[in-house]
Amino acid sequence: MKKSLTKLEGLDRRWIYLIIFIAVLVPFITRLDLPVGRHSPSTTAIYDYIEELPPGSIIAIAFDYGPSAMPELEPAVRAMVRHAFERDHRIFAMTIHPQGALMIRRVLYPLAEEYGKQAGVDYINAGFKPGGVAVILGMGRDIVRVFEDTDARGQRLSSMPMMQDLRTYDDIAILVDLAANTLPLAWVAYAHEQYRVQIGAAVTAVVATDLYTFWKSGQLVGLINGLKGAAEYEDLVSHPGWGVQGMSSQSIAHVLIILLIVLGNISYFASRRRAQA
Amino acid sequence: MIVVFFVPHAVGTKGYELLLEWARIIGAFALVLGLGSLFRTHWDKIRRRRRGEWPYSIVTLASFVLMVWAGLVYGNGEGSVGTRLLAVEEGTLFQWLFDNVEVPLDATMFALLSFFIASAAYRTFRARNLEATLLLITAVIVMLGRVPLGEMMHERMPGLYEWIMQYPAVAGKRGILFGVALGSIATSLRIILGIERSHLGG
Repeated sequence: MKKSLTKLEGLDRRWIYLIIFIAVLVPFITRLDLPVGRHSPSTTAIYDYIEELPPGSIIAIAFDYGPSAMPELEPAVRAMVRHAFERDHRIFAMTIHPQGALMIRRVLYPLAEEYGKQAGVDYINAGFKPGGVAVILGMGRDIVRVFEDTDARGQRLSSMPMMQDLRTYDDIAILVDLAANTLPLAWVAYAHEQYRVQIGAAVTAVVATDLYTFWKSGQLVGLINGLKGAAEYEDLVSHPGWGVQGMSSQSIAHVLIILLIVLGNISYFASRRRAQA
Repeated sequence: MIVVFFVPHAVGTKGYELLLEWARIIGAFALVLGLGSLFRTHWDKIRRRRRGEWPYSIVTLASFVLMVWAGLVYGNGEGSVGTRLLAVEEGTLFQWLFDNVEVPLDATMFALLSFFIASAAYRTFRARNLEATLLLITAVIVMLGRVPLGEMMHERMPGLYEWIMQYPAVAGKRGILFGVALGSIATSLRIILGIERSHLGG
């Protein structure tokens, strides 16, 4: 028995890969639906903030992520866009991440069509603008100027009805940054601290630990933390999608990793005892 | 910029806006510079037939040229001639390539992490001493607290996870942030005053 436990230490990693693959795949195939459970206060905070805004408020969404973070962030932004459109808010979408421009199109256009929203009136896709912090700072002075009076489709921003109510951060009720890095910190430092615009963030779980401190200090309105946060937001807007579905796979995978850790420790202690004997 | 932040006078503000505009222009050129550098590096690898690398460089450059061509020719013009000819029903050719090539490839690369993490956790997460045991227990609580199964196992699991994230993790993170900020200020002052010259190769 002890010998076989010791042998476990040298388990071929390909077995672990196979087990994880099955654990992630099976809930998707069987459509295992686990309840989302209790909502995190950080997700609820951002939902409540948007919920309480008067209809017609302008919500800016910065799609600062690429396809690698898409499985975690897209369910969150889909749920948020749904929430905004259902509450008759207007959306100003933009990005300072080169791949973000195409992420906007994937989310905004189909949902705008579904809700019968009109470009330039109910939403604007300003697209990608290089410059990073300079763009964040410039938006506090003149948004049209920063985007050179052009949206992602080459239309004049200043001729759009929505832009009559949107000149600087003063006209934005909340800006939500979606990122797979600590870019929300730049929005906090340069947009919130200098122009007092309210910032929300939706980030991959690995980045969330860095941002909790800014949510606790009140510099972030709320924080959507990884796939769990996305699933919670989907649940809050009663539109379960990939976020909720993905949580079942994540549940099984997490439990499996814990079991692997336990097994690894048992074999470690068994081999240590054997060495001492 | 620091002066304008504290003294928002009209003259300073104009200069500040001009600086922001320059920064955006430089940002755009930096992007072009980056692409040029990428092209040159891979072209060099192909020219020198660098062992084991040059076939990948061909793929990189071919993909690069294809995406630039699709972006420049078809751009955002929905329903353009090129899009119709290639029977791309939705969006442009550029968007089609992005959705059907880059998205799956990029997502796959990121998804591979879960396999490596599982393998690494199995091999290295050992309760060797008190600190490692504490880390291990915290990791187990965080992993369980983040998923519905954790709440099914014990109703207090999500609450415990939230407590860890909001208090011990925030306390640790703030400590690190203060340390980094003070270190940055000290290093900046050393550079400005000419005490620190190692970045100049001195």
